[in-house]
Parts: sequence; structure tokens; C-alpha cells
Amino acid sequence: MLELRKDIFADERDDNLKEIGKGTQRQDMLGHVTGTSTYFDDHKLQGMLHLKVLRSPHAHARLRRIDTMEAERSPGVRRIIRGADVPVNLNTLLSLINFGKDDEPSLAVDKVRYKGEPIVAIVADSPREAFEAMAKVRVDYEPLPAVFDVEDALKPGAPVVNDVYPKNTFVYHDVYDHQKLRFGDVERGFAEADHVLEQRYQMSPIEHAPTETNGSIAAPDTNGRYVVYTSTQALFFSLDTSAKILDVPSNTFHFIGGTVGGGFGGKVDTLTEPLAILGAMLTGRPVRYQLGREEEMQFGSPRGAERIYIKDGVMRDGRIVARKIRAYFDSGAYTRLSSYAVVKCVAHLPGPYTIPNVHGDVYCVFTNRTPATAMRGFGVTAMDFALECQMDKLAHLVGMDPMEFRILNAYRDGDMKAHRREAKNTALIECVQVAAEKAKWPLREEVKRMSSRKDGGGSRAAISPTPLEPAPQRAAVSQQRTSYDRAPPATIQQPSPPTPTPPAPPPPRPQAPSPSHGAARFSSVFGTRRR
Amino acid sequence: MTKTPLQFRHNGRDVAVFVDGGINLLVALRELIGDMTPKFGCGQGGCGACSVLIDGEVHLSCLTLAETVNGRSIETLDGLKDGPNLHPLQRAFMEQFAAQCGYCTPGMLMAAKALLDRNPSPTRAEVIEAISGNICRCTGYEPIINAVLTAATSGRARA
Ligand code: FES
Ligand code: FES
Repeated sequence: MLELRKDIFADERDDNLKEIGKGTQRQDMLGHVTGTSTYFDDHKLQGMLHLKVLRSPHAHARLRRIDTMEAERSPGVRRIIRGADVPVNLNTLLSLINFGKDDEPSLAVDKVRYKGEPIVAIVADSPREAFEAMAKVRVDYEPLPAVFDVEDALKPGAPVVNDVYPKNTFVYHDVYDHQKLRFGDVERGFAEADHVLEQRYQMSPIEHAPTETNGSIAAPDTNGRYVVYTSTQALFFSLDTSAKILDVPSNTFHFIGGTVGGGFGGKVDTLTEPLAILGAMLTGRPVRYQLGREEEMQFGSPRGAERIYIKDGVMRDGRIVARKIRAYFDSGAYTRLSSYAVVKCVAHLPGPYTIPNVHGDVYCVFTNRTPATAMRGFGVTAMDFALECQMDKLAHLVGMDPMEFRILNAYRDGDMKAHRREAKNTALIECVQVAAEKAKWPLREEVKRMSSRKDGGGSRAAISPTPLEPAPQRAAVSQQRTSYDRAPPATIQQPSPPTPTPPAPPPPRPQAPSPSHGAARFSSVFGTRRR
Repeated sequence: MTKTPLQFRHNGRDVAVFVDGGINLLVALRELIGDMTPKFGCGQGGCGACSVLIDGEVHLSCLTLAETVNGRSIETLDGLKDGPNLHPLQRAFMEQFAAQCGYCTPGMLMAAKALLDRNPSPTRAEVIEAISGNICRCTGYEPIINAVLTAATSGRARA
């Protein structure tokens, strides 16, 4: 046990942690109401230059030629940065945890894959001079056919968006073009069901629209390092990503942030820091790179669009006996965080309900749209919208009250979840009961008496027989490890086959030092077991 | 580029700077005067984060040419406190939890101040109207509206 020397702070805080129901003031509130909270853009540095980026007007085009000659001679221009100037001009955000292949350049070199993609960065004395120079850059585009719909992108002959993933899907474990969930036999469930309902749901991309746009200011520090003021929501993630892209040790940077003018997930992508720092390295001056509002909308990632098909089998008495889900996440032109959103989504299926037969297929699809990223509950939000719409429709179909219908199907302690884990500390029944009470929604007495702690387990804890499917062939070449990972590639762990073996001692953990960073926390993305 | 001399009152103090033709008041305040309280959110009149008072009236500083404020009086959030004492609006914003990230707060407070200066007892509808040019993406508007109404009540009590 870790010993906490609480006596040292005894007069500063007590151990009464009962905070729920009390108002507690934010520690930064005084700064906010007096205007003294310091956001990244509130730093005024001597000799600061301004960086602006030329962006693609095309959703998909080959770059035949980029001519910056005239722009370089434009007044006030200190430096023009092109793809060749970026030390490691290919990255994927989750490479820091060894998940996915590098697929996105900081500045496009041969092709642009979405409207708004950065091509050339201009560092000038003033924003105005940077814009004037930008107008003098000549780019010769060869427009290519583009694809904007997730299902169209999977059809044979669809334009290849991102050559790193030639089938327009993210590849899991070097093999799978989607994430699967198999529990029981849905086809048998549908055959036995009294009603089958199949529906299609869709959610558009959603812009976070933080009031402060993304941005950063990078400046040479007195000790050969660089200080970076940034709007990032993920300070060390952005620091490490910048170190990878600029190919320097991460202790080259001193990142300062924490005061963020609204983020909601839209400030985790390290959109501005690498170029701002590179600008500072190439000019020896502080460089400010702040997105305008239009750039924030066009280039800053949104919550990705999703299309979801749900097919449910339900009995006349209200029990759902089978649920089959096929969903497509629109990742846009590059991965950013959508591959992880899919993993989260599949981990959430079939929603908080006990269903004996569940079948899920979820795809991370590339299209010629702005790459998507994190946003408040991403991976789960749209799926929950679809699932709960479906629950209302099913309740209507069997003539039940929608609240009671949810209580009837809710997980209870001791039930088996579709991931073959026992449900613990469940509370959906109680949540629905409280919601009904607050909404003055009448529930029958016997439903009011139901509890998450009662009547779970037993037959509800069974794993129904699950038909096996042929496993796809593993590609001969193992997944490309990222250039950030300088150690030799780790051997890929095979997910253990689902044969019922007697409990064995825990499998050996990957030996430290592991070449990945924080891999243990995200081990579900590798298919390794997490305890 | 020739620069234009510009003089105005900034939170009760006379200031003088030279500006490039065409720059807006937001840039002049932030980069030349060093007052960082007005914020950039869009630069196109859409968000209200840059709101300041010009001769007591609320304006979007990102859409105001700096040269047009010559000889006029500008108020920003930096001048709202009375010495060490918070303005009733600032106290009410704290008490009512009317800020989260705080980025819209300078603009909100200035729009609210303009309202209370000309109408010390606004109705709820008048408060909504007064802050309708200011976007807040975090807090939701109810706490902000309540804070302005609370400040109006406490301001009257003090007077
Ligand atoms: S910055 Fe002036 S209205 Fe948005
Ligand atoms: S508190 Fe974040 S925009 Fe209003």
C-alpha cells in the first residue's frame, strides 16, 4: 500500500470529499471575469512573425507543380515552408501508442485528399503580408475523382483516397478491414423472433466551433530549446507529436498551455504546433500560427459522420433476442482518431441491454472529406442515438411503454455482456426509474420494484453457442511500424482463440521496456487482454 | 507603409499609437496597446468575443477600423474593475457560474455593461437581446442571463 502523508496537508484540506450537490467555484473563474486568464494568443513576443497556410481548393487532386518563386520575393516574407522542409512529413496521431500507420503529411507533397489540406506555409512579418504572398503561389492541380460517401468508398472501383490504406478502410491487427463482435447466433434469433425491425440511421459531421480557434506560438528559448504556447487540449500528446514530426528529442520543447478557449475534442489533433515550431526553427524568431474561423471549419477536424444499420429481433413479450449492427465511420481523408472511435463503438455494442445474440461489424472508412476526430463521447454518441431511436420503435412495435421496455431489457448484475464479461455495478434500471419519476411518467408498480441487483445472472449469464467464421489470411508483410518507433518491431500477439479452457495463470505481459508509449492503457486496440 | 497617428481614451487613460491603414481596433488594442482582454473568435462579426464599448455603446472591435476611433473613448474588460473591487457584473458572473472556458466572457461582460449603463433594470427579454450578438459555446446562456439580472438587482441595491 502506498502511504499518503496526509498529516502534512492536514490544515489545507480535510478528507470530506462530499462535493455532490454543492456548488464549487472554478479555480480559474477570477481570471475569466477579469480578463486575466492567459490564452495562447495573449502572448506578445518581440519580433513575432505570422504563419499562414495555403490550402487545397480541391477535394482530391494530384499536385503537378508548386511554384513559390514569386511568393518568396513578396514584401515581408521571411520563409516559405514546403513538404520537403518537414523532417518527418508523414504521421498518424495514434502512432504514439503504436496504433495505425503514418498516413497524413503536415504539408501535402504529391496529392491533396480533402478540401482545406495544407500545401505551403508562409512565414511573414504580418498576417497581411503572408496573405499577399500566398496569392502569388502557383499550384498546378490535376483534379481527381473524389468519393464523399462511406458506402460508395467501399464499392469496387471507388477512388483510392489514401494510398496507405488502398481499400479505403483502416486495417486492424494487420488483417481486418473492420471491427467485429460475435455473440451467439443472430440468424437463429431472427428466425425465432415474433418481429424483426431493420432501420438505417445517419449522423452528419459536427463542428466543435470552439470560440477560440486552434493555434500556437512557438519561440526560440534562451537555452536552445523552444517554448510553445498552445491551445491544445492534450499538452504532452501534442509535444510528443511535434517531436516526432520535427525529428528531435521531446525535451527540445517547453509546451505551455492549459487555458483553452473551448475544445470539446477539437483541440487534440496537434494541428498547428509542428509548423509553428518549424517556422521558429527556420527563421530563429517567434512564430504565431492561428487558424481563422473558416480554417477552423474546413481544416479543423469535426466529429465524424456515421451511418448505422440496425436489425433487431423482438418477442411479443418485449424481450430483444437478436441485434445485428453494421456501421460505417467517416474518417475523412486521414485516420486521426477515427480508428479508435470504432474500437470504442464496438466495445459499446449492443448498448446497455442483455441480448443473447449480437452481431456487430463496424468500419473506419476513408473519404475525401475533412478528417474527423474526437468530440465528446465520440464512437458512442451517434450509436446511442441510433440504438435509443430503435428502442422506441421496438417498444411501439410490441405495444409496450418505452421506459418499461428499456427496464425489461436492461443489463442486470451478473448478466453476460456481448464481450463475454460479466455485467457489474449496473444501474440503467434505476436511472430509468428516476427519469420516469422526474418526468412524472407513470410506471407500473411491478416495474418500479425492479432492480439492477435482482434477477440477473442465471440463464442471462450464459454464452449462447456462437458459429465460427473462417479467419481472413494475415498479410505476409507485417504492419508498418511508425518511424517514431525506432526499436525493432514487436512481435504481434495473436488474439487468443475463444476455446473454453480452464482458468490458467495470467498470460505473460509484454516485457518492459516496451517500444510503445502508454500501450497498456489502450491495450484493447491491440486485442491484448486488459485487466 | 505610412502609419497614421491615432489618439483615444482607453479605459479612462489617454493613449497614442501609430497604425497601419486598414488595421482593425481589435489588433490595435491587443498588439499596440497591449490590452489582451478583447478576444479574436472569428474576425468577421460572428461571435462577439471582441466586443468593446465605444463612447458607451457596444461595438465589435474586429469590424471597426482603428482610425475611426480617433478622439473617442474605448472601454474594455480591463477597465471594468474599480481598483481592486470587482464590478457587480463580475461578481454575479462568478456567483452564477456564468463562464467555463472564459473566452466569450470579456465580450459578454462588455455587452452586459452597455445594457446596464443605459437600463439599470432590464427585463429578461432585454438581457437576451443585449447579449444576442455574443456566442458562448460552453456555458449555455441561462447562467449568463441570470448573472446579468442578478448584477442589475445588486447594482440597484447599492445605488
Ligand atoms: S472576433 Fe469580432 S465578432 Fe468574432
Ligand atoms: S465560456 Fe467558453 S465560450 Fe463561453
